[in-house]
Order: sequence, then C-alpha cells, then structure tokens
Amino acid sequence: MNPISLCIWTTALMLMLVSNSTAQDRPVLPQGLSEPPVTEGDPPALPPGLLQDDAPSLPEGPGDEPTPLDAFPSGIASSPSMPLNVTCYWELRGGLRTDNDPHEKQTPLLESRLQIAGDGQWERVVVKITADVIYDGVVARNRIQLNRGEGWIDLREANITFSPTHYMDVKAGRQVMTWGTGDLIFINDLFPKDWNSFFIGRDEEYLKAPSDAVKVSLFSSAANIDLYYIPVFDHDRYVDGRRVSYWNSSRNRRSGRNTIVRPLRNNRWFHDFEAGCRLYRNFSGYEIALYGYTGFWKSPAGVDRKNFRPTFPDLSVYGGSFRGRLFSGIANVELGYYDSDDDHSGNNPSVKNSEIRFLMGYDIELARDFTAVFQYYLEHMRHYAAYRRVLPKSTYPRHRNRHLITARFTKLLLNQNLSLCLFIYFCPTDSDVYVRTNITWKVSDSWSVETGGNSFYGRHPYTFFGQFEKNSNIYVGIRRYFTY
Amino acid sequence: MSTPTTFNMHYTCAISLGGTMNYFTSLFVAVLVVCTAGASAQTVEEIVEKSNHAAYYQDTDGSARVAMTITDSLARTRNRTFTILRRDVPGSDPADDAHCEDQKYYVYFHLPADVNEMVFLVWKHVLQDDDRWLYLPALDLVKRISATEKRTSFVGSDFYYEDVSGRNINDDIHELISTDATYYVVKNTPKNQDTVEFAYYTAWIHTKTFLTIKVAYIDKKGEKYREYTALKVDTIQGYPTVTKAQMKNLRTGSSTVLEYSAVKYHIDVPDNIFTERYLRRPPTKYLR
Repeated sequence: MNPISLCIWTTALMLMLVSNSTAQDRPVLPQGLSEPPVTEGDPPALPPGLLQDDAPSLPEGPGDEPTPLDAFPSGIASSPSMPLNVTCYWELRGGLRTDNDPHEKQTPLLESRLQIAGDGQWERVVVKITADVIYDGVVARNRIQLNRGEGWIDLREANITFSPTHYMDVKAGRQVMTWGTGDLIFINDLFPKDWNSFFIGRDEEYLKAPSDAVKVSLFSSAANIDLYYIPVFDHDRYVDGRRVSYWNSSRNRRSGRNTIVRPLRNNRWFHDFEAGCRLYRNFSGYEIALYGYTGFWKSPAGVDRKNFRPTFPDLSVYGGSFRGRLFSGIANVELGYYDSDDDHSGNNPSVKNSEIRFLMGYDIELARDFTAVFQYYLEHMRHYAAYRRVLPKSTYPRHRNRHLITARFTKLLLNQNLSLCLFIYFCPTDSDVYVRTNITWKVSDSWSVETGGNSFYGRHPYTFFGQFEKNSNIYVGIRRYFTY
Repeated sequence: MSTPTTFNMHYTCAISLGGTMNYFTSLFVAVLVVCTAGASAQTVEEIVEKSNHAAYYQDTDGSARVAMTITDSLARTRNRTFTILRRDVPGSDPADDAHCEDQKYYVYFHLPADVNEMVFLVWKHVLQDDDRWLYLPALDLVKRISATEKRTSFVGSDFYYEDVSGRNINDDIHELISTDATYYVVKNTPKNQDTVEFAYYTAWIHTKTFLTIKVAYIDKKGEKYREYTALKVDTIQGYPTVTKAQMKNLRTGSSTVLEYSAVKYHIDVPDNIFTERYLRRPPTKYLR
C-alpha cells in the first residue's frame, strides 16, 4: 500500500475509533422506545412496554384528557373535598446562658413541643389548623392564654380561606402574615413578632406570631391589594423579663424576673382595632408596594403617667418598598414613616416620637450553595430637639439617627442537608452587636438536629442589643417529623 | 458493544477489496465511510433545538407529579414529592412553534414534612437571569432568591436547577460527532468555560423522538463525573415523555431518580397561577 493510501486509511481508522469510543458509552434505549426495524434478518422481539413504530399513541386512561377551563379561572376551588393533610413534628429544645444573669434562670429555654398541622378542603373552603402542645421547664404554663401564646397550647393557625369571586380571596381567623422586603428587619410589616422566641433559640419561624384577623385580597392586572382588619390589638410577644432580662429605664438598671413588664392592655374589641393594607404589583420581576397601617406601637412604647405602667400608644405607618434584580443579586429598598399619633410634636415624654425608618439590602450568591445578604437600616427620630428637652434627666438619651448594618451568610453542605448560618446585627451608633449562629443537620427525612447561639455585646447596658448582654445563650434541638 | 449498522457494511466491503485497490478506490471508500458515519439529514443546530423542545417545551403547558429519590453512596435514601406546573410564555410570533421563549414553573412540595406546602416559583428567561421565589408557609414569607448560579443542586438532589428548567442552547457550541438510525451523538462545549465545571458534555439524542436518552458530563481533567439517563419513556397525549430519569454523580457515588406520574399536557393553566397569590393559596385543582 502506498503512503497516500496509508494516510487515508489511517484517517478513516481514527475516525472509526472515535466513533467506537462513543459507541462504548452508547446507551440502550429505555423502556418505551423501540429500535427502528432492521432492514435484513428477523425483526427483534419488542421488550415489554414498547410501542410499535407506527402505532397511534394511546392516551393513558380517562384521567389524562385535558380538563376544560372553568367559567371562573382557578381563583375558586372548584374541586370537591380534598383529603385531610396532616403533618406533625415533635421537638425537644434546650438552651443555656453563657453568662450569669442574676435576674434570670440559667436556662432560658427548656421545652418539649408537639406541633400538629392539618388542612383540608370542603367544597370551596380551605380550613387550616396548627397547634403546638408544649411542656415548658422554664415558665409555668398552666393557664392557656391563646392570644398571648401562653399556656400549654399555642394555637398558631385556625383559619378558613375562600374566594367569593374569582378576583378575591378571603382568609379569616388566626393566621401568620408577613410582607415587606427585609431579612429579619421589618418596617412595613406591623404583624406581631415574638421577640422572646427569637432571642432564646427557638426556630426562626417563631419570630412571627399569629394574628386574629380578617384578610381580604383583591387581584387585577393593574395591581393587587391586601386589606386586613384585626378587631382587637395583637401586640408583639415582647420581652417582659420572664426569660430575657431587659433595661429598665425607670430604675436605670437591668431587670428580669424580679420586674415583669405588665403594660396596660388595649383590649377592647372593635375599639382597639388594627387595620392595614398593601397595594402591590410585579413589573416583570420588579416588585413595588405601598403600605399603610393604623393601630398601635407593637411593643410597649409609652408610659402611663398616673400609674407608671407601660403602654402601647397609637401609631400609623405609611411606607413603600421595591425589590428586584440588580446585577447578579436581588436588591431591595424599603421606607416607612412611623407617625406617633399621641405625640405629633414630640413634646410628650411619655410617648415615643415619630420616626422615619429606611432599609436597603442586597442578596447575592457568592459561590455555589453560599449566599449572603447585606442590609443597611436607619431609624431617624423626628422632633429630636423636643425629645431631648422633655427627656427626664436620669434617662440615657437615644441618638437621633440609629444606624444598623446586618450581614447574613448561609452555607449549604452535604447535598443541602447541612446548613450553616451566621447573622450579624452591628450598630455603630449604639456600639452594640447581636450575632445569631445556627447549624442545622437534616439527618434523614424524618429527623433533624440543630444547634446554635445568640450572642449580645454592648458597650452600654441601655442600648437595644446591649441590654440583652446577659442573655447570650447556646441551644440544642432535635426534631422528628410525622406525616399522614 | 455494537457499531452502527450501515458503517459495518462499508467496512467489510472495503477489507475484501484490499488486495487489488489503488489509492483512488481507497480514497473513495474512505470518504464514503466517513460520510456515512457522519451524515445527517439535519444540521446539529436543528437537532439541538428539537431536543430542547422535546425536553422542556412539549405543548404549551403541562403538569406532573414527581417522586424524587436521592440515594447517597451508602445507599441511604431521601424522598421528595412535588407537583410541577409549567406554562410557556407566548412568544412574539404564535405561529412560530420552533421559537422557544420564556417559561414559568410552579413547584409545590408535598413531602417530606419539613417542606410540605412550600412552593418554588420560577420565571425562566432566555435572555436574562431567571426570577425565583420561595414561599415558606410557616412564616407566610415570600422570599426572593438570586438566580445567577444555575448549576446549584435542586432541593438537595443530583439535578441542578439548570437540569430542571433547561440549559440555554446558545451557551454551548454544538458538534454532531456521530449519527446512526437510533441516536444523534452531539458534543456540547460551553462558550464560556469559566461559568461551568465541565469541559464538555455528550448527549445521545433519539433520532425519532428527539428525546435526550443519555448525557455524559466530562470534567476539565477529561473524566466523566456526571451522567444523566432516561430510564423510561411513555407517550402521553401524543408526546413522547421521559417518565423516569436518573442523574448520577460519579464522584460522590450518589444518584437521584425522578419518576413522573399523572403527566398532563394542555391543561390550560392560567398565567396568574404563577404569581404571589397562588404561593399563599395553592391551586388545588392542579395539585391533586
């Protein structure tokens, strides 16, 4: 063979070898597809489940025909009853203070919790109930007080949802509501928060406390609106001293179980109501919203001059927010004006002044399974001169502008079954810091284990995070899920 | 190991002529061999477009119940069950079926218990980053998720977000490296090597249905480290559909199997399902 023929054959051989190497990985056709019939020899027997080449496709059964569109789009649940969906978990959680607090027990958290959640649909109404049965080793829970979440039952949800028209949803009863764009910072979300749970190491879900409300949502292509009405004030589950010590400004020192905060309650039905609204629209992934609220300061923000008990003064909030893609992350901006209705001028030392609150945040994925959220938050006190003028001389003054920077880092490992989370609140104005750490390991689909800590540092004992310095703690929890 | 049938014929013929060939005949036969081995009635771009269409764009919408089983290297398993609703955003030219536009996905989780009633909403964009939201029912929180990193595990499985919603076909250079009666074998090399962890991936595309039957991912050291296989195909409402698929991570030894049941096409799911309203109020009509 001459050299040119040899070259040609070598090239052809190489090409054949390349084809062969891919041929080694060549997959077998899966069940359901057949090899094309060979043009010579006997046709191979079809494996089970395969179709003939030219056979018309058969529908799977009566169920897979396209369902006709209802007269109303699926805002209305036109389906009959759905089976009850029940999930439960049982959890053991305990925590220990890392510092000695003379006003508190060494364990801020020691409990067994069984959560039972069920939802079902009857005709066009969805019913949802979630309740926690608690055995608490820190605080006596003999008397059930459903509104404040005290007692051995904490009813987290008990509501019905239905759609009277295709453009309207109504949810009535006990429900958790959240809106706004911040990450653990809330400006226009005036729904009650459970600060005790947040600081002592309960699951982050417990930061949001339920409200007893009627919520009406209206939808259109122009914009959507949520309106809610709470017939009797649902305040925050504020720090009252039973688990977490706080700065007692009337005594200028920290207090705890020795001085439980007992505010005057606004509990007259329909008189002490709250109401709020949100008007929002999504413009191609850019979310814009306007908010309004009328009610009360959610944590005690005033003092009754006659009996010196803390109060919840009147409050209105107006604000707006924006959230959307920016470069490779998500940016958000939120603004709210806190109008202290009982003290418009700032001259009343017993009532908190009006404030402007501003938030800017950026959420970015730094690497695979590693995300970060950075936020800047500002509280600007209005009528600061009046505040300083009427402030009792023994009370440490707040700053006109309180700046807060937060950073959250979340890393997922082991196929996202292990999550490591670090959240830092840093306030350069008050020189205090709050650090939350959490490690959660999903051992299996049924079991998860977590541990973490809450650390407070402050140069002064009277600032927002500094006051909680003695409450720094570590905690451990184990959870078992059940489904039916 | 089997070689393509037509190629075999020409090779046998050539060997029998070996004794008396001159180099012109050699050239003719070699060219015939190469052309037969590499010939295709379609361009590689057409093949890739059709296979992308068959995988992600069948009909204009659809739903499926998915059972996901994740098995680690020690044979321990985790299960996830979810319902996925898909809707293709109508293109600018409704008559142009081959033109793949944006899509919307609504993924409602049933199991396990810690993700029950969580919803994942994606607005997939071809020309920009996707928009993603995650709804956490216990907090009533609609969380916005950054979507830059598409090659991140989807709910802890061996499938990435990109595998579930589709990789942009314009991100790779496609080469048809061989073809036979059953498969088109396409090699895909990323245009921007820095954005991905693989050097290239090879796809075996069924010639008749354009379903992707196997994909082998080769890393920058030249080793296969990840492999996708379609295990079962059913024809549903006239569309050949992969109803069982597996993704293996050859480095860690883990694998994930997806089984699709109750697959439906043309369910006329309205566009407003893919909005915040239905994160908070799951559309039970489509989730049964």
